[in-house]
Amino acid sequence: MNLEELKKLKEKAQRQVALRDGNKKYRVVFSMGTSGIAAGAREIMTTMLDEIDKRGLDDVEVAVTGEIGLVDAEPMIRIEEANGEKVTYARVNAADARKIVTEHLEKGKVVEGLAVGKVKE
Amino acid sequence: MKRTHILVCTGTGCTSCGSFQTRDALLTELQKNGLSNEIDVVETGCMGRCDLGPVALVHPEGTFYKNVLAPDVPKLVEEHFLKGRPFQKLLPTDPQTQNVIQTQADFTFFNRQLRIVRDNCGVIDPEKIEEYIARDGYLALGKVLTEMKPEQVIEEIKASGLRGRGGAGFPTGRKWELMRQAPVSPKYVVCNADEGDPGAFMNRSVLEGDPHSVLEGMAIGAYAMGANRGFIYIRAEYGLAVKRLHIAIEQAYKAELLGKNLFGTGFDFDLEVRIGAGAFVCGEETALMRSVEGRRGQPQPRPPFPAQRGLWGKPTNINNVETWATIRPLILKGAKWFSSIGTEKTKGTKVFCLAGKINNTGVAELPFGTTLREMIFEVGGGVPNGKKFKAVQTGGPSGGVIPEQFLDTPVEYETLQKLGSIMGSGGMVVVDEDSCMVDFARFFMEFCCDESCGKCPPCRVGTRQMLNILNRICAGDGELDDIQKLEDLAAMVKDTSLCGLGQTAPNPVLTTLKYFRHEYEAHIIDKQCPARVCRDLLHFEIDEPLCKGCSLCARACPVQTIGRIGTLKKFEIHEEKCIHCGACFEVCRFDAVKKTSPGMLVTA
Repeated sequence: MNLEELKKLKEKAQRQVALRDGNKKYRVVFSMGTSGIAAGAREIMTTMLDEIDKRGLDDVEVAVTGEIGLVDAEPMIRIEEANGEKVTYARVNAADARKIVTEHLEKGKVVEGLAVGKVKE
Repeated sequence: MKRTHILVCTGTGCTSCGSFQTRDALLTELQKNGLSNEIDVVETGCMGRCDLGPVALVHPEGTFYKNVLAPDVPKLVEEHFLKGRPFQKLLPTDPQTQNVIQTQADFTFFNRQLRIVRDNCGVIDPEKIEEYIARDGYLALGKVLTEMKPEQVIEEIKASGLRGRGGAGFPTGRKWELMRQAPVSPKYVVCNADEGDPGAFMNRSVLEGDPHSVLEGMAIGAYAMGANRGFIYIRAEYGLAVKRLHIAIEQAYKAELLGKNLFGTGFDFDLEVRIGAGAFVCGEETALMRSVEGRRGQPQPRPPFPAQRGLWGKPTNINNVETWATIRPLILKGAKWFSSIGTEKTKGTKVFCLAGKINNTGVAELPFGTTLREMIFEVGGGVPNGKKFKAVQTGGPSGGVIPEQFLDTPVEYETLQKLGSIMGSGGMVVVDEDSCMVDFARFFMEFCCDESCGKCPPCRVGTRQMLNILNRICAGDGELDDIQKLEDLAAMVKDTSLCGLGQTAPNPVLTTLKYFRHEYEAHIIDKQCPARVCRDLLHFEIDEPLCKGCSLCARACPVQTIGRIGTLKKFEIHEEKCIHCGACFEVCRFDAVKKTSPGMLVTA
């Protein structure tokens, strides 16, 4: 192995363990209560994880939480940015999920048609 | 991609309390709940909190769980991974404030540490070379081989101020330079992983948690010193570490990070593991080399030093596990960075093992210059059960004890030596008020006496004679001149023994005599053991008004010397047959059994 090969191997391997470093720019929180799961939140999350992986975004972490009460609007996703900005998306389907990854998480643009709330703390 | 990694500690401490079962239960339970494709279970090396095992760390939240046993796993998976909230039952509490600790970052034990050597321990899977590479693994070796000349590497090590972590604290750069200058070839490098001190497990934690860091350090050293072959000498008792070393070596060979023509530079390095047969003395470098050669492990007089005539008569460099593991971060971040940590005389960090009467038992890495008080009371969380701190023994069986008045001493090689103790491997055994210092010294003298290889009489006969005197004192048969005899023998053994084992064996006796002489005098003159430990100096009796007549003590007594008082319901101990074992004292629930030593007030 030469140094170049080692560095390439490192880049590839880094994504496997990046999760353990903490301090990510984005934290994607899935509402995973009974109503969320019934509305398909779990599948949406798998889709989203897949898309994040495909795009090689390693500044993102994914978490689950209980429901916030707006049962009708499930599946809901909240994206928290390290600077305190929080955007909530409602009634997300698989295509939306991929769009949120490419637009919001990759380019930093809020997907306007889907976002239902935006707060900055 | 996975959203969560559950890191399960699979160091020896946690596996012995069932972390492999925990891992299996986690895998089954995640599968059952359909979470396997979003959550990974990772086996890591030692995280450092061995007393809370099996421990697990959940990323990205950083939630730290203690005592994660298989039966609790279904509930844990349901709470944390399905519902997304921490499982309260398995969260640790702070021993001093009694607050529940939510994440690893809030844990004083962890956030007080500075992890350089153990940076990867408990973070990566030690059996996967990719995870090591992901965290800059083998980059230091690549840098050294492609960008630096051997002399430059040695200059870097010298500039960093790194000193050997095996105990003596000899400057590593200087040692490497001497070896480089030796005109003979071939040369060998050796890793001393024969960690034998009772209460020391820092090397094991590195070998189990991050074996590649040792391999990489050795390859760098070999390049700098002009060696092409290395040996890791490890004790057979470290089964898991041996297994992980073998896996690591195999993976490194496969990835061409060991073997011929590394990084295309023409540098060859071969490494093999040699397993020791369990003799304490083989941690001594000359004995270690004989053992590597397949001969009986006995020390040789020095000079010649190993750098002149070592393995098979050729120049050999021996460094401790921790020294080798320090090389990689030092090369990556530079000598300047390294020398900014620690004290004037001693740079960098040291891995300490906190053991004995201490709340947070485990492995902690701290910069040199940290005081004993910070180590024991902040990182270690103090002495459990409200007991009073009495002393701390540093540096293993041949280290000395340090009493309370020196707790503010910053820890480094010279300061400990000044107090009559040693740094040794970095063991810290805390002793509380319930321990008898004479008995303590006797225990360690017995260890050294057992482990003496027998080659030189001062150690073989001297330690035996010292042990005989200590046994006599503990049995209440001590004589007035025994203290003088102990001191004379200690000086003789220290000055005339062939190797470090004998030269340091009297340390526990000398320091206890220095700081706790009154306890020796109490044993000899008053036939009293102030800590109420030495059996032959104890007296047990039952306080009649407190006795409820439950008969627990009578049933626990192995010599049936506890009986009812006449026709009363209450019990009494018949002194003549009593063997002072303390079984009755342990079982009594009403504090009715009293343990005393002559001349002492009767207390509970």
